[in-house]
Amino acid sequence: MTDTAWISAALAAARPQAIGALLRYFRDLDLAEEAYQDACLRALKAWPKNGPPRDPAAWLIFVGRNAAIDAVRKRKHHQALPEDDVLADDDGDAESRVVARLDEADYRDDILRLLFICCHPALAPTHQIALALRIVSGLTVRQIARAFLVSEAAMEQRITRAKGRIASGEIPFETPGPQERAERAGVVAAMIYLVFNEGYSASGGGEASMRTPLCDEAIRLGRLLLRIFPTDPEVMGLVALMLLQHARSSARFAANGEAILLDDQDRGLWNRTMIAEGLALIDKAMRHRQVGSYQVQAAIAALHARAATPKDTDWAQIELLYATLELLQPSPVITLNRAVAVSKTRGAQAALDMVEPLADRLGGYFHFFGLKGNLLLQLGRTEEARIAFDRAIALANSPAEAAHIRMHLDRLLAEAQAASAS
Amino acid sequence: MLYAILCYNVEDVVSGWSKDEDDAVMARLAVVEDRLAKAGRLGPVARLLPTTAATTLRKGTGEPVVIDGPFAETKEQLLGFYLVDCATLDEALETARELTRANPGTGSYEIRPVAVYHPAIGAS
Repeated sequence: MTDTAWISAALAAARPQAIGALLRYFRDLDLAEEAYQDACLRALKAWPKNGPPRDPAAWLIFVGRNAAIDAVRKRKHHQALPEDDVLADDDGDAESRVVARLDEADYRDDILRLLFICCHPALAPTHQIALALRIVSGLTVRQIARAFLVSEAAMEQRITRAKGRIASGEIPFETPGPQERAERAGVVAAMIYLVFNEGYSASGGGEASMRTPLCDEAIRLGRLLLRIFPTDPEVMGLVALMLLQHARSSARFAANGEAILLDDQDRGLWNRTMIAEGLALIDKAMRHRQVGSYQVQAAIAALHARAATPKDTDWAQIELLYATLELLQPSPVITLNRAVAVSKTRGAQAALDMVEPLADRLGGYFHFFGLKGNLLLQLGRTEEARIAFDRAIALANSPAEAAHIRMHLDRLLAEAQAASAS
Repeated sequence: MLYAILCYNVEDVVSGWSKDEDDAVMARLAVVEDRLAKAGRLGPVARLLPTTAATTLRKGTGEPVVIDGPFAETKEQLLGFYLVDCATLDEALETARELTRANPGTGSYEIRPVAVYHPAIGAS
Protein backbone atom coordinates (compact mmCIF):
# COMPACT_ATOMS: atom_id res chain seq x y z
CA MET A 1 0.00 0.00 0.00
CA THR A 2 1.30 3.44 -0.84
CA ASP A 3 2.00 6.01 1.84
CA THR A 4 -0.95 8.15 0.84
CA ALA A 5 -3.39 5.22 0.78
CA TRP A 6 -2.26 4.17 4.23
CA ILE A 7 -2.38 7.74 5.54
CA SER A 8 -5.86 8.38 4.23
CA ALA A 9 -7.09 5.12 5.82
CA ALA A 10 -5.47 6.14 9.12
CA LEU A 11 -6.96 9.64 8.98
CA ALA A 12 -10.43 8.28 8.24
CA ALA A 13 -10.17 5.72 11.04
CA ALA A 14 -9.09 8.35 13.59
CA ARG A 15 -11.75 10.81 12.50
CA PRO A 16 -14.61 10.05 14.95
CA GLN A 17 -12.26 9.98 17.91
CA ALA A 18 -10.33 13.09 16.86
CA ILE A 19 -13.40 15.20 16.09
CA GLY A 20 -15.08 13.91 19.26
CA ALA A 21 -12.14 15.05 21.40
CA LEU A 22 -11.83 18.39 19.57
CA LEU A 23 -15.52 18.93 20.14
CA ARG A 24 -14.92 18.38 23.85
CA TYR A 25 -12.28 21.16 23.80
CA PHE A 26 -14.10 23.68 21.62
CA ARG A 27 -17.81 22.83 22.02
CA ASP A 28 -18.24 24.01 18.45
CA LEU A 29 -18.83 21.58 15.63
CA ASP A 30 -17.45 23.83 12.88
CA LEU A 31 -14.32 24.65 14.84
CA ALA A 32 -13.74 20.97 15.70
CA GLU A 33 -14.14 19.98 12.07
CA GLU A 34 -11.84 22.78 10.91
CA ALA A 35 -9.22 21.77 13.48
CA TYR A 36 -9.38 18.16 12.33
CA GLN A 37 -9.02 19.18 8.67
CA ASP A 38 -6.08 21.36 9.56
CA ALA A 39 -4.42 18.51 11.45
CA CYS A 40 -4.99 16.20 8.46
CA LEU A 41 -3.22 18.61 6.13
CA ARG A 42 -0.28 18.74 8.52
CA ALA A 43 -0.32 14.92 8.79
CA LEU A 44 -0.09 14.60 5.01
CA LYS A 45 3.08 16.70 5.15
CA ALA A 46 4.64 15.30 8.32
CA TRP A 47 3.85 11.57 8.25
CA PRO A 48 5.57 10.60 4.99
CA LYS A 49 8.67 12.42 6.27
CA ASN A 50 8.70 11.34 9.94
CA GLY A 51 6.87 8.04 9.65
CA PRO A 52 3.45 7.33 11.09
CA PRO A 53 2.89 8.39 14.72
CA ARG A 54 2.33 5.68 17.29
CA ASP A 55 -1.21 6.89 17.91
CA PRO A 56 -2.63 8.74 14.89
CA ALA A 57 -5.77 9.92 16.73
CA ALA A 58 -3.78 11.43 19.60
CA TRP A 59 -1.46 13.16 17.10
CA LEU A 60 -4.43 14.64 15.23
CA ILE A 61 -6.11 15.80 18.43
CA PHE A 62 -2.95 17.45 19.72
CA VAL A 63 -1.98 19.12 16.44
CA GLY A 64 -5.59 20.01 15.61
CA ARG A 65 -6.18 21.59 18.98
CA ASN A 66 -3.06 23.72 18.74
CA ALA A 67 -3.85 24.74 15.20
CA ALA A 68 -7.38 25.77 16.14
CA ILE A 69 -6.24 27.73 19.18
CA ASP A 70 -3.77 29.55 16.94
CA ALA A 71 -6.43 30.18 14.34
CA VAL A 72 -8.79 31.63 16.95
CA ARG A 73 -5.98 33.75 18.36
CA LYS A 74 -5.02 34.90 14.90
CA ARG A 75 -8.58 35.95 14.18
CA LYS A 76 -8.65 37.90 17.44
CA HIS A 77 -5.20 39.46 17.50
CA HIS A 78 -3.86 38.95 13.98
CA GLN A 79 -0.98 37.08 15.56
CA ALA A 80 1.32 35.08 13.29
CA LEU A 81 0.88 31.32 13.07
CA PRO A 82 3.85 29.22 14.12
CA GLU A 83 5.66 27.43 11.32
CA ASP A 84 4.24 24.04 10.34
CA ASP A 85 7.48 22.32 11.26
CA VAL A 86 7.45 23.68 14.77
CA LEU A 87 4.06 22.11 15.37
CA ALA A 88 4.76 18.91 13.53
CA ASP A 89 8.07 18.24 15.27
CA ASP A 90 6.87 19.25 18.68
CA ASP A 91 4.60 16.26 18.99
CA GLY A 92 6.90 13.82 20.84
CA ASP A 93 6.44 14.33 24.55
CA ALA A 94 3.35 16.43 24.24
CA GLU A 95 1.69 13.71 22.19
CA SER A 96 2.46 11.15 24.89
CA ARG A 97 0.81 13.40 27.45
CA VAL A 98 -2.33 13.59 25.35
CA VAL A 99 -2.27 9.82 24.93
CA ALA A 100 -2.00 9.38 28.67
CA ARG A 101 -5.00 11.61 29.22
CA LEU A 102 -7.03 9.96 26.50
CA ASP A 103 -7.98 6.86 28.38
CA GLU A 104 -10.71 4.47 27.41
CA ALA A 105 -13.42 6.46 29.22
CA ASP A 106 -12.60 9.63 27.27
CA TYR A 107 -12.55 7.69 24.04
CA ARG A 108 -16.03 6.32 24.66
CA ASP A 109 -17.47 9.59 25.92
CA ASP A 110 -16.05 11.65 23.06
CA ILE A 111 -17.44 9.38 20.38
CA LEU A 112 -20.71 8.97 22.22
CA ARG A 113 -21.14 12.74 22.53
CA LEU A 114 -20.41 13.19 18.84
CA LEU A 115 -22.94 10.51 17.85
CA PHE A 116 -25.56 11.84 20.25
CA ILE A 117 -25.23 15.39 18.95
CA CYS A 118 -25.49 14.30 15.32
CA CYS A 119 -28.45 12.05 16.17
CA HIS A 120 -30.25 14.32 18.59
CA PRO A 121 -33.97 13.44 18.64
CA ALA A 122 -34.77 17.13 17.98
CA LEU A 123 -33.20 16.79 14.52
CA ALA A 124 -35.23 15.19 11.72
CA PRO A 125 -33.93 11.73 10.73
CA THR A 126 -32.86 13.05 7.29
CA HIS A 127 -30.80 15.74 9.05
CA GLN A 128 -29.30 13.23 11.49
CA ILE A 129 -28.18 11.08 8.59
CA ALA A 130 -26.69 13.98 6.64
CA LEU A 131 -24.85 15.26 9.69
CA ALA A 132 -23.53 11.86 10.78
CA LEU A 133 -22.25 11.02 7.31
CA ARG A 134 -20.60 14.43 6.98
CA ILE A 135 -19.15 14.81 10.48
CA VAL A 136 -18.60 11.27 11.77
CA SER A 137 -17.94 9.40 8.52
CA GLY A 138 -16.30 12.31 6.73
CA LEU A 139 -18.10 11.81 3.41
CA THR A 140 -18.09 14.94 1.26
CA VAL A 141 -21.32 16.86 0.74
CA ARG A 142 -21.11 15.82 -2.91
CA GLN A 143 -20.82 12.12 -2.02
CA ILE A 144 -23.78 12.32 0.37
CA ALA A 145 -25.88 14.25 -2.13
CA ARG A 146 -25.19 11.67 -4.85
CA ALA A 147 -26.00 8.77 -2.54
CA PHE A 148 -29.33 10.33 -1.58
CA LEU A 149 -30.09 11.39 -5.13
CA VAL A 150 -30.52 15.07 -4.23
CA SER A 151 -28.65 18.13 -5.45
CA GLU A 152 -25.44 19.16 -3.75
CA ALA A 153 -26.97 22.53 -2.86
CA ALA A 154 -29.95 20.87 -1.18
CA MET A 155 -27.68 18.58 0.85
CA GLU A 156 -25.41 21.47 1.80
CA GLN A 157 -28.44 23.36 3.04
CA ARG A 158 -29.64 20.34 5.05
CA ILE A 159 -26.27 20.07 6.80
CA THR A 160 -25.98 23.82 7.39
CA ARG A 161 -29.44 23.90 8.95
CA ALA A 162 -28.70 20.97 11.23
CA LYS A 163 -25.41 22.56 12.30
CA GLY A 164 -27.20 25.84 12.87
CA ARG A 165 -29.61 24.22 15.29
CA ILE A 166 -26.71 22.73 17.21
CA ALA A 167 -24.78 26.02 17.27
CA SER A 168 -27.86 27.87 18.54
CA GLY A 169 -27.53 25.90 21.76
CA GLU A 170 -30.82 24.11 21.25
CA ILE A 171 -28.99 20.80 21.43
CA PRO A 172 -26.98 20.17 24.61
CA PHE A 173 -23.32 19.14 24.41
CA GLU A 174 -23.39 17.12 27.62
CA THR A 175 -23.56 13.35 27.30
CA PRO A 176 -26.80 12.18 28.89
CA GLY A 177 -26.92 10.05 32.03
CA PRO A 178 -26.94 6.24 32.04
CA GLN A 179 -30.74 5.88 31.77
CA GLU A 180 -31.08 8.12 28.76
CA ARG A 181 -28.03 6.61 27.05
CA ALA A 182 -29.69 3.34 26.09
CA GLU A 183 -32.64 5.20 24.62
CA ARG A 184 -30.40 7.57 22.67
CA ALA A 185 -28.31 4.63 21.46
CA GLY A 186 -31.55 3.39 19.92
CA VAL A 187 -31.87 6.66 17.96
CA VAL A 188 -28.28 6.30 16.71
CA ALA A 189 -28.95 2.67 15.76
CA ALA A 190 -32.07 3.73 13.84
CA MET A 191 -30.08 6.40 11.98
CA ILE A 192 -27.42 3.81 11.07
CA TYR A 193 -30.03 1.35 9.80
CA LEU A 194 -31.65 4.09 7.70
CA VAL A 195 -28.26 4.80 6.11
CA PHE A 196 -27.84 1.08 5.45
CA ASN A 197 -31.27 0.77 3.86
CA GLU A 198 -30.66 3.75 1.61
CA GLY A 199 -27.71 1.82 0.20
CA TYR A 200 -29.38 -1.57 0.26
CA SER A 201 -32.58 -0.45 -1.48
CA ALA A 202 -30.66 0.89 -4.47
CA SER A 203 -31.46 -1.06 -7.61
CA GLY A 204 -28.77 -2.65 -9.76
CA GLY A 205 -26.41 -0.98 -12.21
CA GLY A 206 -25.07 2.55 -11.90
CA GLU A 207 -27.44 3.52 -9.11
CA ALA A 208 -26.15 0.69 -6.92
CA SER A 209 -22.51 1.62 -7.45
CA MET A 210 -23.36 5.15 -6.29
CA ARG A 211 -25.38 4.10 -3.26
CA THR A 212 -23.94 0.83 -1.92
CA PRO A 213 -20.98 2.63 -0.27
CA LEU A 214 -23.68 3.70 2.21
CA CYS A 215 -23.93 0.05 3.30
CA ASP A 216 -20.20 -0.11 4.07
CA GLU A 217 -20.40 3.20 5.89
CA ALA A 218 -23.39 2.03 7.95
CA ILE A 219 -21.53 -1.13 8.95
CA ARG A 220 -18.52 0.97 9.97
CA LEU A 221 -20.76 3.22 12.10
CA GLY A 222 -22.45 0.11 13.53
CA ARG A 223 -19.12 -1.34 14.66
CA LEU A 224 -18.25 2.03 16.19
CA LEU A 225 -21.51 2.01 18.17
CA LEU A 226 -20.87 -1.61 19.18
CA ARG A 227 -17.48 -0.71 20.62
CA ILE A 228 -19.17 1.90 22.81
CA PHE A 229 -22.01 -0.46 23.78
CA PRO A 230 -20.17 -3.81 23.63
CA THR A 231 -22.79 -5.66 25.69
CA ASP A 232 -25.94 -4.32 24.02
CA PRO A 233 -27.57 -7.24 22.19
CA GLU A 234 -29.62 -4.95 19.92
CA VAL A 235 -26.48 -3.19 18.70
CA MET A 236 -24.95 -6.63 18.03
CA GLY A 237 -28.17 -7.55 16.24
CA LEU A 238 -28.04 -4.40 14.11
CA VAL A 239 -24.46 -5.02 12.99
CA ALA A 240 -25.20 -8.72 12.38
CA LEU A 241 -28.28 -7.82 10.33
CA MET A 242 -26.37 -5.36 8.15
CA LEU A 243 -23.48 -7.79 7.59
CA LEU A 244 -25.74 -10.72 6.73
CA GLN A 245 -27.76 -8.64 4.26
CA HIS A 246 -24.76 -6.90 2.72
CA ALA A 247 -23.01 -10.29 2.33
CA ARG A 248 -25.48 -11.04 -0.47
CA SER A 249 -24.91 -7.84 -2.42
CA SER A 250 -22.84 -9.43 -5.23
CA ALA A 251 -25.61 -11.96 -5.86
CA ARG A 252 -28.62 -9.64 -5.76
CA PHE A 253 -28.55 -8.26 -9.29
CA ALA A 254 -28.06 -9.73 -12.74
CA ALA A 255 -25.65 -8.10 -15.18
CA ASN A 256 -28.61 -6.29 -16.77
CA GLY A 257 -29.56 -4.77 -13.40
CA GLU A 258 -32.52 -7.08 -12.84
CA ALA A 259 -33.14 -8.09 -9.24
CA ILE A 260 -32.45 -11.74 -8.37
CA LEU A 261 -34.61 -13.12 -5.56
CA LEU A 262 -33.06 -15.01 -2.66
CA ASP A 263 -34.09 -18.45 -3.98
CA ASP A 264 -32.43 -17.81 -7.33
CA GLN A 265 -29.20 -16.23 -6.07
CA ASP A 266 -25.83 -17.90 -6.65
CA ARG A 267 -24.90 -18.58 -3.02
CA GLY A 268 -21.28 -18.98 -4.07
CA LEU A 269 -21.23 -15.20 -4.56
CA TRP A 270 -22.23 -14.52 -0.96
CA ASN A 271 -19.42 -12.98 1.11
CA ARG A 272 -18.46 -15.72 3.57
CA THR A 273 -16.33 -13.45 5.76
CA MET A 274 -19.23 -11.06 6.36
CA ILE A 275 -21.53 -14.02 7.02
CA ALA A 276 -19.08 -15.48 9.57
CA GLU A 277 -18.91 -12.14 11.39
CA GLY A 278 -22.70 -11.72 11.25
CA LEU A 279 -23.33 -15.22 12.60
CA ALA A 280 -20.80 -14.70 15.43
CA LEU A 281 -22.56 -11.47 16.41
CA ILE A 282 -26.10 -12.87 16.35
CA ASP A 283 -24.96 -15.87 18.40
CA LYS A 284 -23.43 -13.47 20.94
CA ALA A 285 -26.58 -11.35 21.01
CA MET A 286 -28.97 -14.28 21.56
CA ARG A 287 -27.07 -15.33 24.68
CA HIS A 288 -28.42 -12.20 26.38
CA ARG A 289 -32.02 -13.39 26.03
CA GLN A 290 -33.33 -9.86 25.53
CA VAL A 291 -35.34 -10.03 22.36
CA GLY A 292 -35.35 -7.03 20.03
CA SER A 293 -36.31 -6.34 16.45
CA TYR A 294 -32.78 -6.05 15.01
CA GLN A 295 -31.87 -9.38 16.58
CA VAL A 296 -34.99 -11.07 15.22
CA GLN A 297 -34.35 -9.72 11.73
CA ALA A 298 -30.70 -10.76 11.98
CA ALA A 299 -31.76 -14.23 13.13
CA ILE A 300 -33.97 -14.51 10.02
CA ALA A 301 -31.09 -13.39 7.81
CA ALA A 302 -28.84 -15.89 9.63
CA LEU A 303 -31.18 -18.78 8.79
CA HIS A 304 -30.96 -17.85 5.11
CA ALA A 305 -27.18 -17.50 5.38
CA ARG A 306 -26.81 -20.92 7.02
CA ALA A 307 -28.84 -22.68 4.29
CA ALA A 308 -26.47 -24.17 1.69
CA THR A 309 -29.30 -24.32 -0.86
CA PRO A 310 -32.77 -22.70 -0.85
CA LYS A 311 -34.42 -26.01 0.04
CA ASP A 312 -32.27 -26.27 3.19
CA THR A 313 -33.89 -23.10 4.54
CA ASP A 314 -35.58 -23.55 7.91
CA TRP A 315 -38.84 -21.86 6.92
CA ALA A 316 -40.71 -23.05 10.02
CA GLN A 317 -38.21 -21.22 12.23
CA ILE A 318 -38.36 -18.17 9.96
CA GLU A 319 -42.15 -18.10 10.26
CA LEU A 320 -41.82 -18.19 14.06
CA LEU A 321 -39.32 -15.32 13.97
CA TYR A 322 -41.63 -13.23 11.76
CA ALA A 323 -44.45 -13.95 14.22
CA THR A 324 -42.19 -12.61 16.99
CA LEU A 325 -41.36 -9.56 14.90
CA GLU A 326 -45.10 -8.96 14.34
CA LEU A 327 -45.53 -8.83 18.12
CA LEU A 328 -42.57 -6.47 18.56
CA GLN A 329 -43.52 -4.04 15.81
CA PRO A 330 -46.89 -4.89 14.25
CA SER A 331 -46.93 -3.95 10.56
CA PRO A 332 -48.70 -5.34 7.50
CA VAL A 333 -45.35 -5.55 5.70
CA ILE A 334 -44.07 -7.96 8.35
CA THR A 335 -47.25 -10.01 8.03
CA LEU A 336 -46.59 -10.09 4.29
CA ASN A 337 -43.09 -11.44 4.93
CA ARG A 338 -44.49 -14.02 7.32
CA ALA A 339 -46.87 -15.10 4.57
CA VAL A 340 -43.88 -15.89 2.35
CA ALA A 341 -42.61 -18.28 5.05
CA VAL A 342 -46.12 -19.72 5.44
CA SER A 343 -46.31 -20.40 1.69
CA LYS A 344 -43.19 -22.56 2.06
CA THR A 345 -44.37 -24.46 5.15
CA ARG A 346 -48.15 -24.69 4.77
CA GLY A 347 -48.70 -23.93 1.11
CA ALA A 348 -49.94 -21.14 -1.13
CA GLN A 349 -53.56 -21.21 0.03
CA ALA A 350 -52.67 -20.70 3.70
CA ALA A 351 -50.40 -17.83 2.67
CA LEU A 352 -53.04 -16.26 0.44
CA ASP A 353 -55.55 -16.38 3.32
CA MET A 354 -53.04 -14.34 5.34
CA VAL A 355 -52.27 -11.90 2.53
CA GLU A 356 -55.77 -11.07 1.34
CA PRO A 357 -56.91 -9.22 4.50
CA LEU A 358 -53.94 -6.85 4.03
CA ALA A 359 -55.37 -5.46 0.78
CA ASP A 360 -56.76 -2.31 2.43
CA ARG A 361 -53.47 -1.32 4.02
CA LEU A 362 -51.08 -2.50 1.31
CA GLY A 363 -53.17 -1.46 -1.72
CA GLY A 364 -50.33 0.76 -2.94
CA TYR A 365 -47.48 -1.62 -2.21
CA PHE A 366 -45.57 -3.30 -5.02
CA HIS A 367 -44.55 -6.38 -3.02
CA PHE A 368 -48.13 -7.04 -1.91
CA PHE A 369 -49.28 -7.55 -5.49
CA GLY A 370 -46.08 -9.35 -6.44
CA LEU A 371 -46.58 -11.95 -3.69
CA LYS A 372 -50.33 -12.17 -4.29
CA GLY A 373 -49.75 -12.80 -8.00
CA ASN A 374 -47.17 -15.43 -7.20
CA LEU A 375 -49.45 -17.27 -4.77
CA LEU A 376 -52.37 -17.15 -7.20
CA LEU A 377 -50.08 -18.49 -9.91
CA GLN A 378 -49.06 -21.39 -7.65
CA LEU A 379 -52.77 -22.13 -7.10
CA GLY A 380 -53.42 -22.17 -10.85
CA ARG A 381 -55.63 -19.04 -10.73
CA THR A 382 -53.82 -17.50 -13.70
CA GLU A 383 -56.32 -14.80 -14.65
CA GLU A 384 -56.34 -13.35 -11.11
CA ALA A 385 -52.56 -13.70 -11.02
CA ARG A 386 -52.28 -11.66 -14.21
CA ILE A 387 -54.38 -8.86 -12.68
CA ALA A 388 -52.20 -8.83 -9.54
CA PHE A 389 -48.99 -8.73 -11.61
CA ASP A 390 -50.37 -5.85 -13.71
CA ARG A 391 -50.99 -3.89 -10.50
CA ALA A 392 -47.48 -4.74 -9.28
CA ILE A 393 -45.89 -3.41 -12.47
CA ALA A 394 -47.87 -0.19 -12.15
CA LEU A 395 -46.53 0.20 -8.59
CA ALA A 396 -42.93 -0.87 -9.23
CA ASN A 397 -40.32 1.43 -7.68
CA SER A 398 -37.65 0.65 -10.23
CA PRO A 399 -37.28 -0.79 -13.74
CA ALA A 400 -35.63 -3.85 -12.14
CA GLU A 401 -38.72 -4.57 -10.05
CA ALA A 402 -41.00 -4.16 -13.04
CA ALA A 403 -38.77 -6.42 -15.14
CA HIS A 404 -38.97 -9.14 -12.54
CA ILE A 405 -42.77 -9.13 -12.57
CA ARG A 406 -42.82 -9.00 -16.36
CA MET A 407 -40.87 -12.24 -16.30
CA HIS A 408 -43.79 -13.90 -14.49
CA LEU A 409 -46.28 -12.31 -16.88
CA ASP A 410 -44.31 -13.51 -19.90
CA ARG A 411 -44.36 -17.00 -18.48
CA LEU A 412 -48.13 -16.81 -18.04
CA LEU A 413 -48.49 -15.60 -21.60
CA ALA A 414 -46.23 -18.36 -22.96
CA GLU A 415 -48.18 -20.99 -21.04
CA ALA A 416 -51.47 -19.60 -22.33
CA GLN A 417 -50.16 -19.71 -25.90
CA ALA A 418 -48.84 -23.24 -25.44
CA ALA A 419 -52.22 -24.30 -24.07
CA SER A 420 -54.14 -22.78 -26.99
CA ALA A 421 -51.74 -24.30 -29.52
CA SER A 422 -52.11 -27.84 -28.16
CA MET B 1 12.22 -23.74 16.39
CA LEU B 2 8.63 -22.71 15.93
CA TYR B 3 7.72 -19.06 16.39
CA ALA B 4 4.33 -17.42 16.52
CA ILE B 5 4.27 -14.05 14.78
CA LEU B 6 1.28 -12.22 16.23
CA CYS B 7 0.02 -9.33 14.12
CA TYR B 8 -1.20 -6.25 15.97
CA ASN B 9 -2.65 -3.20 14.27
CA VAL B 10 -5.38 -0.60 14.68
CA GLU B 11 -8.37 -2.52 13.42
CA ASP B 12 -10.24 0.66 12.50
CA VAL B 13 -7.46 1.48 10.05
CA VAL B 14 -7.30 -2.02 8.60
CA SER B 15 -11.08 -2.30 8.26
CA GLY B 16 -11.05 1.11 6.58
CA TRP B 17 -8.93 -0.14 3.67
CA SER B 18 -10.79 -0.28 0.40
CA LYS B 19 -11.24 -3.71 -1.15
CA ASP B 20 -8.48 -2.91 -3.67
CA GLU B 21 -6.05 -1.85 -0.95
CA ASP B 22 -6.87 -4.92 1.13
CA ASP B 23 -6.44 -7.22 -1.87
CA ALA B 24 -3.09 -5.58 -2.70
CA VAL B 25 -1.78 -6.12 0.85
CA MET B 26 -3.01 -9.71 0.89
CA ALA B 27 -1.35 -10.38 -2.47
CA ARG B 28 1.98 -9.04 -1.22
CA LEU B 29 1.71 -11.05 2.01
CA ALA B 30 0.91 -14.14 -0.08
CA VAL B 31 4.29 -13.76 -1.81
CA VAL B 32 6.05 -13.89 1.56
CA GLU B 33 3.89 -16.84 2.65
CA ASP B 34 4.66 -18.71 -0.59
CA ARG B 35 8.36 -18.31 -0.07
CA LEU B 36 8.09 -19.60 3.51
CA ALA B 37 5.88 -22.49 2.41
CA LYS B 38 8.33 -23.52 -0.35
CA ALA B 39 11.12 -23.52 2.24
CA GLY B 40 8.94 -25.79 4.39
CA ARG B 41 8.86 -23.20 7.16
CA LEU B 42 5.19 -22.10 7.16
CA GLY B 43 2.67 -23.40 9.67
CA PRO B 44 -0.95 -22.31 9.97
CA VAL B 45 -1.84 -18.71 9.12
CA ALA B 46 -5.00 -16.96 10.33
CA ARG B 47 -6.65 -13.59 9.89
CA LEU B 48 -9.17 -12.81 12.63
CA LEU B 49 -12.54 -11.07 12.37
CA PRO B 50 -12.98 -7.72 14.20
CA THR B 51 -12.77 -7.70 18.00
CA THR B 52 -16.45 -6.69 18.10
CA ALA B 53 -17.17 -10.31 17.06
CA ALA B 54 -15.11 -11.63 19.99
CA THR B 55 -16.37 -13.22 23.19
CA THR B 56 -14.18 -13.82 26.23
CA LEU B 57 -14.56 -16.58 28.80
CA ARG B 58 -12.96 -15.41 32.01
CA LYS B 59 -12.06 -17.98 34.63
CA GLY B 60 -12.53 -17.20 38.29
CA THR B 61 -13.27 -18.98 41.49
CA GLY B 62 -16.73 -20.10 40.40
CA GLU B 63 -18.27 -20.70 36.98
CA PRO B 64 -16.30 -18.96 34.20
CA VAL B 65 -17.94 -15.69 33.14
CA VAL B 66 -18.77 -14.90 29.52
CA ILE B 67 -17.80 -11.36 28.54
CA ASP B 68 -18.71 -9.64 25.29
CA GLY B 69 -15.67 -8.38 23.45
CA PRO B 70 -11.95 -9.09 23.37
CA PHE B 71 -9.83 -10.10 26.35
CA ALA B 72 -8.18 -6.68 26.58
CA GLU B 73 -9.07 -3.23 25.26
CA THR B 74 -5.90 -2.05 23.54
CA LYS B 75 -4.95 0.64 21.04
CA GLU B 76 -3.73 -2.03 18.64
CA GLN B 77 -5.66 -5.28 18.36
CA LEU B 78 -4.59 -8.85 17.62
CA LEU B 79 -5.71 -9.21 14.00
CA GLY B 80 -4.03 -12.45 13.00
CA PHE B 81 -1.02 -14.72 13.36
CA TYR B 82 1.53 -16.84 11.56
CA LEU B 83 3.35 -19.91 12.78
CA VAL B 84 6.80 -20.01 11.21
CA ASP B 85 9.75 -22.36 11.65
CA CYS B 86 12.87 -20.25 12.30
CA ALA B 87 16.34 -21.39 13.30
CA THR B 88 17.07 -18.28 15.36
CA LEU B 89 15.41 -15.16 16.68
CA ASP B 90 17.22 -13.22 13.95
CA GLU B 91 15.56 -15.37 11.32
CA ALA B 92 12.15 -14.82 12.98
CA LEU B 93 12.82 -11.07 13.04
CA GLU B 94 13.79 -11.14 9.38
CA THR B 95 10.53 -12.93 8.54
CA ALA B 96 8.58 -10.30 10.47
CA ARG B 97 10.51 -7.59 8.59
CA GLU B 98 9.45 -9.17 5.32
CA LEU B 99 5.85 -9.02 6.49
CA THR B 100 6.35 -5.35 7.43
CA ARG B 101 7.68 -4.53 3.98
CA ALA B 102 4.62 -6.23 2.45
CA ASN B 103 2.27 -4.37 4.80
CA PRO B 104 3.65 -0.95 5.79
CA GLY B 105 1.97 1.63 8.04
CA THR B 106 1.42 1.34 11.79
CA GLY B 107 1.18 -1.91 13.71
CA SER B 108 3.48 -4.39 15.41
CA TYR B 109 4.53 -8.00 15.06
CA GLU B 110 5.02 -9.78 18.37
CA ILE B 111 7.43 -12.68 18.00
CA ARG B 112 6.81 -15.44 20.50
CA PRO B 113 8.57 -18.81 20.58
CA VAL B 114 6.07 -21.66 20.64
CA ALA B 115 6.20 -24.08 23.56
CA VAL B 116 3.69 -26.73 22.50
CA TYR B 117 2.24 -27.26 19.04
CA HIS B 118 -0.32 -29.87 17.94
CA PRO B 119 -0.50 -29.75 14.16
CA ALA B 120 -3.32 -32.32 13.88
CA ILE B 121 -6.40 -30.27 13.18
CA GLY B 122 -9.88 -31.65 12.61
CA ALA B 123 -11.50 -28.48 11.31
CA SER B 124 -10.99 -27.30 7.76
